[in-house]
Amino acid sequence: MNPLIQTLQEAFPEKVEAVEVSNYPTVKIAAADLVAIMQYLKDEQNFDYLANLCSIDYPEEDAFEIVYFLHSLKEREKRIQVKVRTAHNRPEVPSITAVYPGANWQEREEYDLMGITFTDHPNLVRVLLPDNFEGHPLRKDFKGVNVKP
Amino acid sequence: MITSEKYVLNMGPQHPSTHGGMHLETIMDGEFIDDVIVHLGYDHRSVEKIAESRTYIQFIPYASRLDYLSSNLPTMAYCQAVEKLMQIEVPERAEYIRVIMGELNRIASHLLFVGSLCQDVGATTGLAYCMREREKILNLIEMTGGQRMLSSYMRIGGVSDDLPPEFFPAVKAFLDGVPNMLKEFNGLISGNEILQGRLKDVGVISKEEAIAWSLSGPNLRAAGVPYDIRKEEPYGIYDRFDFEIPTADYCDCWNRYLMRIEEMEQSARIVRQALEGLPEGEFRTKIPRILKPEKGAEVYYRIEGAKGELGFYILSDGTEKPKRLHVRAPSFINLMVLPIISKGERFQDLICNIATLDPVLGECDR
Repeated sequence: MNPLIQTLQEAFPEKVEAVEVSNYPTVKIAAADLVAIMQYLKDEQNFDYLANLCSIDYPEEDAFEIVYFLHSLKEREKRIQVKVRTAHNRPEVPSITAVYPGANWQEREEYDLMGITFTDHPNLVRVLLPDNFEGHPLRKDFKGVNVKP
Repeated sequence: MITSEKYVLNMGPQHPSTHGGMHLETIMDGEFIDDVIVHLGYDHRSVEKIAESRTYIQFIPYASRLDYLSSNLPTMAYCQAVEKLMQIEVPERAEYIRVIMGELNRIASHLLFVGSLCQDVGATTGLAYCMREREKILNLIEMTGGQRMLSSYMRIGGVSDDLPPEFFPAVKAFLDGVPNMLKEFNGLISGNEILQGRLKDVGVISKEEAIAWSLSGPNLRAAGVPYDIRKEEPYGIYDRFDFEIPTADYCDCWNRYLMRIEEMEQSARIVRQALEGLPEGEFRTKIPRILKPEKGAEVYYRIEGAKGELGFYILSDGTEKPKRLHVRAPSFINLMVLPIISKGERFQDLICNIATLDPVLGECDR
């Protein structure tokens, strides 16, 4: 197993699940531990760069998944993917803007297009679509809008 | 002390200096900017949603319309991401052609950066010079893909066609002109005292802040972080070329401008080396007509785009269409620091800040 994930599992026993899905070493964690683990990765493991953040709709599993890709500019070869799941009927995860300010607009984008609420976000408003837009287009059950003149 | 009431000054959505449809609500305190609220979405075409109803091959033209100023780079990133997802090998010749076209397009994008910056600060002559040079690259792109700007030359498994014979003398003529072009730019634009006055010490962001806000590309390198994905994790065949990463240690508008000038030189160096090493052989490998990656396969693939770290996250559900495709758009994330670097500066500096962050709205709004 990847030594980084091993250290992470030792630091947070029974809270970090390792999975092998992509070209990144991946861990699955609970939304409640997200900020603490991110803070640990930033402070103790030198992951100072949030590369990407996006979310996936799993209607068949009744869940949304938010994925974070972290890199380190101090130890260039280090990389990790962190996955968090949240319920479909009330999608809510804590915001990581306090740890990585660069998550700000990326979280707003996921709120806008996928309808996930990031708690404690400083300014959670739509970023791409107009404020009066109804629905969240990237959800699988989105039916499109009737454009009225 | 005289207190003044704050007022709102709207810029855009239709304004030449916003480089596309972007609305900036600036809150002014007298002559100085107190806050900038960025309203995006005027160019939102829902590319990520469209991707879910297109096959992997059908999405290529949509990728070229992301960063339409350097369309070979996003299409290359997308194709390489799918190749990574499906473990498709690309022939040597195609890899070299991709590097040549990608780097030429990077030069074209940086040329437009310099040109539009000149126009924004009122040096209209600079724009004409940059357009003249960019025209030569657009002609080269037209020879390969047929289109001048929205070229879909990259294909999954290679490129759509071999380089035509007339391409080689034309690219050689362009490359021979690059040192002279840069000399001309340095004399005409970089050496201009008014331009230096407008750009120096404007829009400063510290190294720590630049990293924290996930800045990437030339903007991050201007802050003193020598981070270039072409060097860090050489995708394709970038580990075969000898080039340098220009960096500065003070991220103001001036250094962000200089980074582009120096990068053009390095890109030209890469193209020269790639043309020398261009091998004979196939330009595209045979791939199945319908691509079906394994169920649950996912990839986050990133390249050094003209604007910064350009990434594609693709998740497959085993069908011919992706379950989710996300574009990590460097323009979108770079633009996030605009309110921070503009605070306390004059309105004229905001124009320089937008121009040197180099957002392209097609990629920003997706």
